[in-house]
Parts: sequence; structure tokens; C-alpha cells
Amino acid sequence: MTTLAAPPTAFGRETFDAYVERLVEPAWVTERRQAAFDSYTELHGVELDPEEFKRVDLRILRPEKFALQTDASESAGFETRMQQARFAGHVAHVDGHCVRSELSEELAAKGVLFGDLATLLREHGDVLEPHLMTRGVRPETDRFSAWHAAYFTGGTVLYVPRGVVVKEALHSLIAHATDGVADFCHTLVVLEQGAEAVLLEETASANDDLAGLHVGAVELLLAPESRLRYVQLQNWNEKSFHFAHQSGRVEKDARLQWTVGGIGGKLAHVHQNVELDGRGADAEVNGVTFAIDKQKLSYFTQQTHHSPDTRSDLLYKEVLRDKARVVWRGMIKVDADAQRTDGFQRCDGLILSDDARADSVPGLEIEADDVRCTHAATAGRVDEEEIFYCTSRGLSEYEAMHMIVEGYFHEVYDRIAPSKRIAGWDDECDTPGDPLEVVRDTLSAAVLEKLDLGD
Amino acid sequence: MPSKLTIKDLHVSVGETPILRGVDLEMNQGEVHALMGPNGSGKSTLAYAIAGHPKYTVDGGSILLDGEDVLEMEPSDRARAGLFLAFQYPVTIPGVKVHDFLRHAISNVRNPDRKEGEELISMREFRKELRDRMSEQRIEPEFARRYLNDGFSGGEKKRMEILQLAMLKPKFAFLDETDSGLDTDAVNFVSESVRRLSTENEMGVLIITHHDRLLQYNVPSITHVMLGGRIVETGGAELAQELHTAGYEKIRERHPEAAVEQAEQEQVAGV
Repeated sequence: MTTLAAPPTAFGRETFDAYVERLVEPAWVTERRQAAFDSYTELHGVELDPEEFKRVDLRILRPEKFALQTDASESAGFETRMQQARFAGHVAHVDGHCVRSELSEELAAKGVLFGDLATLLREHGDVLEPHLMTRGVRPETDRFSAWHAAYFTGGTVLYVPRGVVVKEALHSLIAHATDGVADFCHTLVVLEQGAEAVLLEETASANDDLAGLHVGAVELLLAPESRLRYVQLQNWNEKSFHFAHQSGRVEKDARLQWTVGGIGGKLAHVHQNVELDGRGADAEVNGVTFAIDKQKLSYFTQQTHHSPDTRSDLLYKEVLRDKARVVWRGMIKVDADAQRTDGFQRCDGLILSDDARADSVPGLEIEADDVRCTHAATAGRVDEEEIFYCTSRGLSEYEAMHMIVEGYFHEVYDRIAPSKRIAGWDDECDTPGDPLEVVRDTLSAAVLEKLDLGD
Repeated sequence: MPSKLTIKDLHVSVGETPILRGVDLEMNQGEVHALMGPNGSGKSTLAYAIAGHPKYTVDGGSILLDGEDVLEMEPSDRARAGLFLAFQYPVTIPGVKVHDFLRHAISNVRNPDRKEGEELISMREFRKELRDRMSEQRIEPEFARRYLNDGFSGGEKKRMEILQLAMLKPKFAFLDETDSGLDTDAVNFVSESVRRLSTENEMGVLIITHHDRLLQYNVPSITHVMLGGRIVETGGAELAQELHTAGYEKIRERHPEAAVEQAEQEQVAGV
């Protein structure tokens, strides 16, 4: 059931032509859209990669239920927890349209570009042209990438010039406010040589009832010696569909720390690729997911080592309850000349109820002979003895469960937490507003909320 | 007024197997009791049943704390009411920091009506207290931010239990072989800590042990002997002394019926 007969009419030629007609953008962008639309049409005759999609039930996706919105629904307020942190800039999209774009003057003066894709394509098309869907996410990969590349709506762009170090975090919000919305937001991060940045991105639905479709793409392009910390927290309501091609390309001696959170979604499928392109490139990939009810979350991750002396380290932690299902399929690929590769992947599942199911399938494809690659996958239940131990100390069962589930995620929190430890007392040295702490708070709040539901 | 714990005719089984067959025990706050008996006689079962472990089914009898029905309480409420079990094998909880765990525990025990999400005890007050207690227990400050019992040695786990005892200040503590697996110095240290805490806090202590060191520091006012799921004899400190030197042969002879049941239980448990 992974082959659709033809492109859905709702996103067919007529819709596409009308959409392109409305857009004001450089000719090269429109040409790329046209080519992508052709791929999109062709790819409907091509079966999706069974390795990647066999556990993803696409039958529940009905594209005709969704449509592009001509403008942002007015006054949809999004007070996300993350926004309480201090940021040097914000970009927000609602229903595919930019509603907020701010950057501190100081950073703008240094040549940093941070804003919405539609505007920046008009104003700085020459800067973006070499990067937009050329090296990271390629439109012709499959029908989802082509769909996105033909229809991409707004999106967030971060461009940091050579040698510019941005210490303050930047924030990006992708939101849905209209029932039946289809959005194709694109995230493009380009760091030139030696640049540094932190970008926290989140998705949100205005309420629990609207159904939304997100077909997105993320491209993280790191030039030599650059450093990026990027978080994307998928936090849609449980009626939303989320598809995303995400690609990180890490050149010589660059470092990428990439964290994905999967909290919301009715059905989510993320194709996450990290490619170690240059000698000494380093990527740490973290995943935290909590699925309840009938949520279905799927992750297809690849760590591809193209050069020697590169390192990749992936850790996914999943919690499931009710009838939720989480699938993780991971692959480490090592090219023949990528000697002395250090590759690691691990996926742990914590299952809170009998009907929940976690499938984890790690894999290795190694062509070099001098490498160190390991993989692991575990799945288990909450130990009744752990709960009893906690309750015997006065914690309620709910508190105990919360603590244990949060503890389960702690390994990831520890990896992403800023290093600001006071000997012995790191937990509560209050630093309100620290962006990475806020990521943790957001996840923690989601854990609380999710433990409350169901049953 | 000192609190009183009264256990009457307590019957407890695990799965289909009856373990306790009518236990009677009375403790007052401030008293030190020793609970002795051969392996499989039901000592740990009694401790777990008092704490409310879900695997131990109470088939009959009662446990009252100052007249309140303990058996009606959830384990959490028992802790909040002032009961504490020091585990023989403390559980490891990865990702949960000692400091965070204890702050929640103390907030609940000191404010028994506290609901989830309500305010925790003040950070400043808690930190100071934890730091002081840790130093008394000779626990390095860095343990506060380690994950609970994760990678701790046997001795460190036991000291962590005593630290919790010191922080939670229960009315009654049940020490389930707290001295097992410790070297002599560690046993001495733990024994002395228990002695000091029980005096300071007027704690009632039930010490389950095979060794006499803990009892040398904490001389029991009352010694109970379990056999076949019952307390068959109760005496003073001299009874504990006698059992250490002479073992349980005489006890078995004096209580032939319980001895038979004990033998059966040992068989089931494969002791």
C-alpha cells in the first residue's frame, strides 16, 4: 500500500499553476518549482522505498482534505512555552505565511540573515540560490520531497556569514490555525566557514481540533569549522500529519548538534539524513519522542560518512503508551575512503502500556575497513519496583511515573543542556530564559500533559 | 504523645503462597526492635507488607498507626504518615537525580496533603539540609546530582538509604538487612548513624539482621523471632545475643509446628 496511483487532484496541475501564478519570486525559484512538480507527478508512479515506508500507514492520509491557505488566519496567538526564553530573533509562520520576522540590529549589522524564505528569496536570492534544495534535501528523492519542493510556502532562513559567532539563540515557529490547512514550510540554515549559531524551531496547532498537513523540509548546511545547534520540536495536535525530509551536511571540522522532538501528530514520518562531508566533521543527533493514544511516529535516520576521521553519534529515546506506535529505522553508511570513522546509533523505547508498540531497526553499511561503528536498540517497560521505590518515599504514583519518564529522557537533556554546572547543584540553579532549558521545560510539560491523558 | 504501630494477626501471601501466617507486633516510637529468624521465615515480607508493596497480598489481619488503618493507605500515604522502609536492594532509577528525587519526597512527607504540581519545599532550605545530612553520612556532594543509585557501590546504596532516613525523619523505620554486603567499617558507620538518628528523632526502629554488629550499636529493647511466618518468641536484648551464638535450633525445638511450616516455606522458596 505504498503506491498511490496518481498525484491527488487537490495538489495537481491546476492547483500548482494557480499557486505559482500568485507568487512573487525570482525566476530561478519558479523554474525549480516547475521541475519539482514534474518529479512529483512522475514519482507517483514509483513505489516508495519499502525499507523506509513499510511500517508507515499512508492510507490514513487523505491529501484532498487539505489545501493551501491564501493568507495567515488573522490574530491566531501562539504563546508557546519556548517563547518565554530570550532570543535574538524570531520568525513565525501561520498556515504557511510569515506573521513575524525580527532580528536584533546587532546581528543584522554583522550580515546575519534571519527571516522568512519568501522575502529573503526576493531580497537575497543570490545568497540562497546555491543552497536551496541543491545539496541538502533533493526534490527528486521521493514524492514527499518533490511535493514540498513544488509547493514550499514560507519558511525560515538563517544565514551566518564567515566567522560570525551568534551566541544568542534564534527562534522559529511553524503553526497551523485553520482546519484543513496544508503548509510546506522550509527551513534553511547556512553557516559559512567558522560561523556559529543556535536555532530552536517548534511546530504548534492553534487548538486540538483542527486537522493540518505539514510537508516540510529542513536543510542544515555547515561550512568548514562552523558550529550549529539546532532543535526542532514537532508539537502539532493529534490530528495533524507531519512529513519532513531533513538533511544536515557537515563539512571539514564542523560540528552539528541536532535534536528532534516528536510529541504531536496523528501520523508523522521524518526522513533525517546527516552527512559527514569533510574530514573531522562531527554530528550528534538526538531524538526524544512521546506518543500516546493512536499516534504513529516514524523516523528514518541515516548517518553517512563520506570522509575520514568523522564522527556521528545518534541517540533516540522514545516513550509510548496507549495504542501508540513508534518506528525507528536507522542506518550508518561509511564510504570506502571514510577511514577511522566513529559511528554510533542507539534507540531506546520505554513502553507504558500493553497495546503500544515500538519497532527499532538499526543497520550498518560499511565499506571502509578501519572504522568503529556500533548500534543498539532496546525496548522495555517501566519497572514496577522503580515505581514502588518512589512511592515508598512519599511520591504519588503519578509523580513517580513522571519522574521515571523524565529520567528516561534525561540522557538526551544532559547532552543538549548548556554547560553551566555549579558543583553538586546543577538542576535548580535557576536560569529562566535559557533557551535550551526551555526546550527541556517544554518537553517536561508535554510529559506531564501526556501522562494525564488516556486511561 | 509517642506514636504506636500495632500489627494484629497479619496474613500475607505472594502469589498463591502464604508467607505470613498471623503476625502480631506492637511498636512504640523511640523503641528499638530486632527482628530475627532464619531465611524464608517472613522477615522481609513483613517489612514490604508494612510499606505496601503491591506484590504482597494481605489476606487478613490489621496494621494500625495510632489507630489509623495503614492497610487502607497507598504506599505513598504510608510514607507520608511516617513509615519508612530501608531496602535491602535499593532500586536504581536512571535519569532521576538524587537531589530532585529527595526534594519531591521531602516535600510530600513534610506536607502530606501536597498534590502533584504544588510547590516543593524551598530550594535554599532543602539544599542546606541535604548538604549537611550528606556530609554527616560522608557522602560526596557530587552524589546529589548523580542518578539515584545508578552505578553506586553496595555501600553507597546503603548510605543513600540512611541519608533518606535522615532526611525523611519517619516515626517508624524498618531496616531490611541494611548491614548486609557491607564491610566492617561500613557496618559500624551505618550502625552508629542509625543509633544517632533514632535518638535524635525519637524514631521507632525495626532492625532485620543476621549479624549482631548493628544490634551492638542499637541495643534492642525488644527482640522478635520469626519462624514459619509467625513471631514465635519475643524477648529482650539477650534473646538476640543467644540467637547469634546458638542459632535457631532451640527455637525450632520449642516451636515444632512453626518449624514444620518454616521447613515447607524454605522448600518453596528453595532456600
